Amino acid sequence: MQLFIEQFLNGIAMGSIYALITLGLALVYGVMRILHVAHAAVYTVGAYIGLLVLHLTGSLFLAFLSAMGFCAFLGIVIERFIYFPLLKYPPYVPLIGSIAAMLAIEELCRLVAGPYILTFPARLPFPVVHLGGITISETLMAVYCITAAVLLFLWYLTTKTELGLAMRATSQDIPIADAMGINSHWIMSITFIIGSAIAAIAGILVGIYYNEVYPTMGAVPAYKTLALIVVGGMGSVPGAVIASLLLGVAETLLIGYANIPLPRDALAFIAMIAILMWRPEGLMGSK
Amino acid sequence: MSSYLITVATFIAIYAIVVCGLNVIVGFAGQISLGHAAFFSIGAYASAILTTKAGLSFWTALPLVILVSGLIGLLLGLPSLRVKDDFLAITTIGINFIVEAVFLYIPFFGGALGIGGIPRVFFFGMKMRGTAFFILCLVFLALVLIVCWWFTRSWGGLACFALREEEEAASSMGISPVRFKLLAFVLGTVMAGLGGALYAHYMRFISATDFSFPLSITFLGMVVLGGMGTIWGPVLGALLLCILPELFRPLANYRMLLYTVILLLMIRFQPGGLLGEGSVARKVFSFRLLGGKA
Repeated sequence: MQLFIEQFLNGIAMGSIYALITLGLALVYGVMRILHVAHAAVYTVGAYIGLLVLHLTGSLFLAFLSAMGFCAFLGIVIERFIYFPLLKYPPYVPLIGSIAAMLAIEELCRLVAGPYILTFPARLPFPVVHLGGITISETLMAVYCITAAVLLFLWYLTTKTELGLAMRATSQDIPIADAMGINSHWIMSITFIIGSAIAAIAGILVGIYYNEVYPTMGAVPAYKTLALIVVGGMGSVPGAVIASLLLGVAETLLIGYANIPLPRDALAFIAMIAILMWRPEGLMGSK
Repeated sequence: MSSYLITVATFIAIYAIVVCGLNVIVGFAGQISLGHAAFFSIGAYASAILTTKAGLSFWTALPLVILVSGLIGLLLGLPSLRVKDDFLAITTIGINFIVEAVFLYIPFFGGALGIGGIPRVFFFGMKMRGTAFFILCLVFLALVLIVCWWFTRSWGGLACFALREEEEAASSMGISPVRFKLLAFVLGTVMAGLGGALYAHYMRFISATDFSFPLSITFLGMVVLGGMGTIWGPVLGALLLCILPELFRPLANYRMLLYTVILLLMIRFQPGGLLGEGSVARKVFSFRLLGGKA
């Protein structure tokens, strides 16, 4: 039982990390209807910048801050240079552009930082919690707390502020939003800033959680998180979060207890296709 | 010709066959597919297993390979009836990962070791290798191009174009989306399967990782860059994206970076493809041919 609970807690942590990556993707999809595969490359860059600043300054706080800043900038560059001019074409055109951008950024990371796995020697200033024989390590606590804080921030932003209202309006109908005096292009850029900054947080957390940073660390999350936003219902932020947590827990428990000959990535995709055939608009999506 | 050039040319011909198949699905019927490498791998594995385990020759196995690819295309085309656009794109990405995992983890398909010892192709007792095999691939490519050309002129092709432009309008005119989408999927996967069989007998060793997701992206990149829905576009795309990495070979470490950046720039500045509507090539040609009315 104790093992089960510990596995479960690890699963929640995995799910939280998936959720942090998926959030940005869901936001971008909601506003622009683009499958932003390069998001995973932004997340990799976030991990590298965080590691670099940590080595230069020794401050984890500065590492988070500068990684978020740099990724927000990178997000805007991708949005302005690649996606916005391609918006009027069918969705596979920006998708190919996005995949090409992801591969290019991955290659750049490999050339600059080298193809090796770097360690992330950081400790997060969170307390270790003991609960009736179960220990929750400081890394797990950090993942829980940071994810909760980000979710709370996003919930507040999208439901209680005027900016959130503008974002929701843009995601529903761009021409009407423009007619109501919303600068929809700016809203798209702001969405990219927020999504990419969250991806930077996720990158650093993954780096600390597994204690490794390497150029292709974004490759598997890139397509898995796409599957997550689909299953959650395209562009539905709560749906994406629920799907991420479910996947994290299911993966960890399945690997721990079931003996299935296929790897877990393939299982995740089988589950995704099954859900799509059952509900073509996703779990929380609307027609 | 040197054997290096022949090898590159053979790959271009095989990829062109596969990409023509993808063009039928994406360009003619308007159904996005990001899992074409899976169909390619199904042809390669079917032919490899039939020739190494069942002892058939390439020619006797070929009709069976085409049958198997067509049936699997029918099966994997079914999701396209239920989901569209981005949802279909992601479903096909999933299919690619699942098919690769099945080939990689099920021992019958050779697992991580792949399948080796695939026999060469014989033609009236003559061993096909080097230039002879390249000519064989060219003959098949010509056949595929003729089928594509015939398809664009046939009722089935016209029905697919109508579905691509406006599915609801087309189905209200009595065009069955089920029948013609599946037709396009079957035709496309049969071409991919044919390419796969040629690939297996050319390489004589295949493993699941040869057919992973990045290859599907390359295929789609070839279709889009060449010009979707055109006859010659896929051939041009295959030519371009096969030659570029070879040209950059001296750059060693920077090769992949340059290749992806060029892919990005091409998709950014010629999103309709090099032969598609609104492309530079079209403008120049129509300018020359039509006397200034571009």
